[in-house]
Amino acid sequence: MPELEDLDVNEFHTEPMVLNMGPSHPAMHGTVRMVLTLDGETVVKCDPEIGYLHRGFEKECESATYTQCFPYTDRLNYVSPLLNNFGFALAVEKLLEIEVPPRGNYVRTIMGEISRISDHLTCLSAGALELGGFSAFLYGIEGRELIWDLHETVTGARLTTSYARIGGVRDDLPEDFVPMWKMTRERLNDIWNDVNDLLTRNRIFMDRMQGTGVITPEEAISHGFVGPCLRSTGVDYDVRKDHPYFAYGEVDFEVPVGSTGDNFDRYLVRLAETKQSIRIIDQCLAKMPGGPVNCDDPRVVLPAKHDVYNSIEGMINHFKIIFEGIQVPAGEIYSYTEGGNGELGYYIVSNGTGKPWKVKVRSPSFYMMSAVTKMIEGGMIADIIPTFDTINMIGGEIDR
Amino acid sequence: MSAADIKKLGRKFRKAVLDTSDRLGMDTALIDKSALREVITYLRDDEKMQYNFLRDVTCVDYLHRQPRFEVVYVLYSMPRKTQVVIKAVVEEDEPVIDSIHDLYGCANWGEREVWDMYGIQFTGHPELRRILLYEEFEGHPLRKDYEKTASQPRMELLAPERDALQEFKDYQSGREDSGSRAN
Repeated sequence: MPELEDLDVNEFHTEPMVLNMGPSHPAMHGTVRMVLTLDGETVVKCDPEIGYLHRGFEKECESATYTQCFPYTDRLNYVSPLLNNFGFALAVEKLLEIEVPPRGNYVRTIMGEISRISDHLTCLSAGALELGGFSAFLYGIEGRELIWDLHETVTGARLTTSYARIGGVRDDLPEDFVPMWKMTRERLNDIWNDVNDLLTRNRIFMDRMQGTGVITPEEAISHGFVGPCLRSTGVDYDVRKDHPYFAYGEVDFEVPVGSTGDNFDRYLVRLAETKQSIRIIDQCLAKMPGGPVNCDDPRVVLPAKHDVYNSIEGMINHFKIIFEGIQVPAGEIYSYTEGGNGELGYYIVSNGTGKPWKVKVRSPSFYMMSAVTKMIEGGMIADIIPTFDTINMIGGEIDR
Repeated sequence: MSAADIKKLGRKFRKAVLDTSDRLGMDTALIDKSALREVITYLRDDEKMQYNFLRDVTCVDYLHRQPRFEVVYVLYSMPRKTQVVIKAVVEEDEPVIDSIHDLYGCANWGEREVWDMYGIQFTGHPELRRILLYEEFEGHPLRKDYEKTASQPRMELLAPERDALQEFKDYQSGREDSGSRAN
């Protein structure tokens, strides 16, 4: 029996090991598989395999009227469904060349930002959970519940809202929205402080997040990074600021940027953006203009129920919009808004009928997932968990 | 601003640019696919253009029209905050176009998706395989002649010896040497 010191470790035979991570792995969100080649604990090669949640969104849209597409858009990024709704509505409105009245735009801004808070809170707290910080997760999810209560008050649904309509929104904000928001806001600020106290200066959390999953600004731009992930590298590209839509041009907010492009910066950017979203909502509520929330265009907006039941014109108008769909002039548009994860683009081709000829979603996390190999390879297997989380891959939007 | 870029592009690539349009604020150039790489490289690297961000790659199928396909590249300039759309025409008989995966990192997956959904081949792509669907899938579902109700043939199990259902049945029947416990 040789002594331990006599053994030369270099002579041990080693070989790379292939490990399947996912699709049913708690940290893979149930929707993605990574085929990893490992050398010890170091990831040599990573091959993400997506498509487990593919349900033919684009094909379905081609045989639905524009209004019928809204429920499908809910299911893209299911953590912030309203942002997808509004993005799609804006794209079709650009094709129709119609404008939403100011109040409609304010309602969209407010509800969109509320959705963004829920998206960011989910990402932050689920990230903490996956690293073992269970209490931060509970606080974050409490905040999300409060936001979904707000969703329910306004839209009637918690998750699959379908609140937007072409030319506006389904209905105005209810009367008790402002007091409800004030209550929620108080609690959200408390939750924000709690999450901040629990995580931001937490030694374990920082050790896991800092310096892992690093990407340079050049690589980020080349790989189509957008949203918090791009801003964490120091590029201050935000659609809300650079190409204002809805009411974003009339409110004052900052675009938080990071510097190193690692997981910790992505976490900090999301945390800071949550605060900015609360600021935007407060300003919008203070400035809220009066008037209708839907545009006054009988081609697009359903007539009032009173007219449908009491006049032949109203009934015909209603019938035609429901059965033939909104007639969108032929043309094509690439319309973009800032979704929960970054630039959410809709490329729509219309052939002049009530149904789109083609709908393509540029989902932010699709292209970011393609660069995840770059961020993971060479790192440790344990670093996959925070990296994958701060990328915030949402199966609904990447698999469509 | 980007309308001037399209004009410039038209002057520089007189032969390749087939048509331009600025409808709905979308500054678009329709180009011949043989000049694709040249045009995109020019737009990316010229210091007056700086289109350093590829927003999206997709394809549109105009069934019964010749040429049938248009591959669409939406380019954005981060420093100048402008957008141009480049569309390359692709014939039905020869659905092949050059890959630009080395110019933009995100084109890799974008092109894989176009191949998956429309069956356009990208020459020079390092690993052109399906991305959202599985390798055994027959046809390209976003082509207009692919029926929405079409179904796919049942696949053979890739590894029959790991038939989970059979393993479970064996396990239930109490065979000691069955399934994953066999070794």
